[in-house]
Amino acid sequence: MLRDALSKTTIYVALGIGAVLMLLPFIWMLLTSLKSGNEVMIMPPVWWPDDFKWENYKTAWEMAPFGRYLLNSLVVMVLSTLGELLTTILAAYAFSKLHFWGRDIVFALLLGTMMVPGEVLLIPNFVFLSNLGWIDRYEALIIPWTASVFAIFLLRQFFLSVPKDLGYAAKIDGCSDFRFLWTIMVPLAKPALFTIALLKAIGSWNAFLWPLIVTSSKEMRTLPVGLTSFSTEAGTIYELLMAASTMIILPMILLYFILQKYIIQGISKAGLKG
Amino acid sequence: MERTTWRASIQAYLYLLPALVIIVLFTIYPIIKSLLISFYDDYDYFNDIVYARGFASYQYLWNDPTFHKALWNTFVFVIGVVPASIALSMFIAVLLNSNIRLRSFFRTAYFIPFVTSVVAVSIVWRWIFHTEYGLFNYVLGLFGADPVAWLTDPKWAMPSLIILSIWKGLGYNIIIFLAGLQNINEQYNLAARMDGAGKAKRFFHITLPLLSPTTFFVSIVSIIGSFKVFDEIYALFGGQPGPASSALTVVYYIFEKFYSEWEFGIASAAAYCLFIIIFILTLIQLYIGKRKVTY
Repeated sequence: MLRDALSKTTIYVALGIGAVLMLLPFIWMLLTSLKSGNEVMIMPPVWWPDDFKWENYKTAWEMAPFGRYLLNSLVVMVLSTLGELLTTILAAYAFSKLHFWGRDIVFALLLGTMMVPGEVLLIPNFVFLSNLGWIDRYEALIIPWTASVFAIFLLRQFFLSVPKDLGYAAKIDGCSDFRFLWTIMVPLAKPALFTIALLKAIGSWNAFLWPLIVTSSKEMRTLPVGLTSFSTEAGTIYELLMAASTMIILPMILLYFILQKYIIQGISKAGLKG
Repeated sequence: MERTTWRASIQAYLYLLPALVIIVLFTIYPIIKSLLISFYDDYDYFNDIVYARGFASYQYLWNDPTFHKALWNTFVFVIGVVPASIALSMFIAVLLNSNIRLRSFFRTAYFIPFVTSVVAVSIVWRWIFHTEYGLFNYVLGLFGADPVAWLTDPKWAMPSLIILSIWKGLGYNIIIFLAGLQNINEQYNLAARMDGAGKAKRFFHITLPLLSPTTFFVSIVSIIGSFKVFDEIYALFGGQPGPASSALTVVYYIFEKFYSEWEFGIASAAAYCLFIIIFILTLIQLYIGKRKVTY
């Protein structure tokens, strides 16, 4: 009994130390973001600011067009997620419930593209989009991301688990494929769709390389791109940099707290099926 | 059984149309086009006119010490991140999987870095790694160590990047390991316990072998992900690939050739080299994943 209690304590201590190390950067970010300049550049460091300088957030917000960056990030996140959901629902339904020529070949071809690293696509996509005149516009930030083979694969797996009889029954009652999909399959697939949307939204919010390449004006930057340019401008004013970072990090942490069940489930499932 | 007919096929392709249009235009066509561009020796991208074709880009990469350095750095990065990250995350997952309280709190703490913006957390780490006022050097100082110029000394740039990346990716691996652990039937453990096997013995002879498919999956995903590291570098070193290119990786090299030097042919050729490396790793995954995972 004593041995058990001891080993339990060891586990708690080990996990506790690890958790503190994992969270410390965020705590340090928050504390720094509320300090005055004098409390930041000092050794040994001051842990708790004398009084909370909330105005750091206001200063950072006004030093760069963060409002605009936020708007861009939100527009890109919402529209690319909605677009992906739509294309995914339609394609996953075809691959799981419809019989057509070339189905297996097309599906295998799509799965094959998952092996290709996105970096290979950068240059041709850039050339293509600049020929279309879409560079530095929402189209370039959104449209290439409105379909995902991975999402199609996930939803197809879910649709396959729905018994065939359900479809037959609906057909006998005179329900068209299209209506069957939207009134029966989609509501059934809510948890899977929710997971797909969440993973997409997080990915879109945090995306960096693509928005960096296809935006050239300040007005079109998303938050991460805006933050890196702010970090060159604000240079060493770390309290402002930390305030700006907090503004980008906090929404995702909140989203995670509210929806962690779906995120964890999605990642465990997607991961294991790989 | 339903029969495949023309009518049904046309209908099905209408369902596929939106997804296929996007995927063909922005994934399949670029895969082919990128290969072609890598053989363009003289290319006017704006008008999409090719003046000369050949192997010049690949020759250039073969002889370019900067590219070799990028490959080497990427390799060092992968070796630095993947084994440590897997060992740590497996250890934490096993602890989390034991019957403890506060489990979801711990899981959250380890997972949060994964959902946050790479760019933003890299900037936070830039502050933590600050030579004079950084938290890291302060803590090291408590143990009597001299301050280290983490981000400005070429010797320490790569270790800083590795520390940041392990921290960032740990949570994802833990979640996958936890899922893998939960698939292991408790009965094996109970049986071994009855036979008098201790904790360590049970871990090495039951958990580890039964977990090997998961371990294998996590290692391949981590290796592929680490080969593609970019955002962290850009944000950590403020738009530079580290002091004296000490953190220049393959993707950063591609980015520089493409975005700063407009050398589309060379950048595409480098991207294809990355593709081949990742392709081989994926084949290994498929091959070993099918037969060699032990138990």
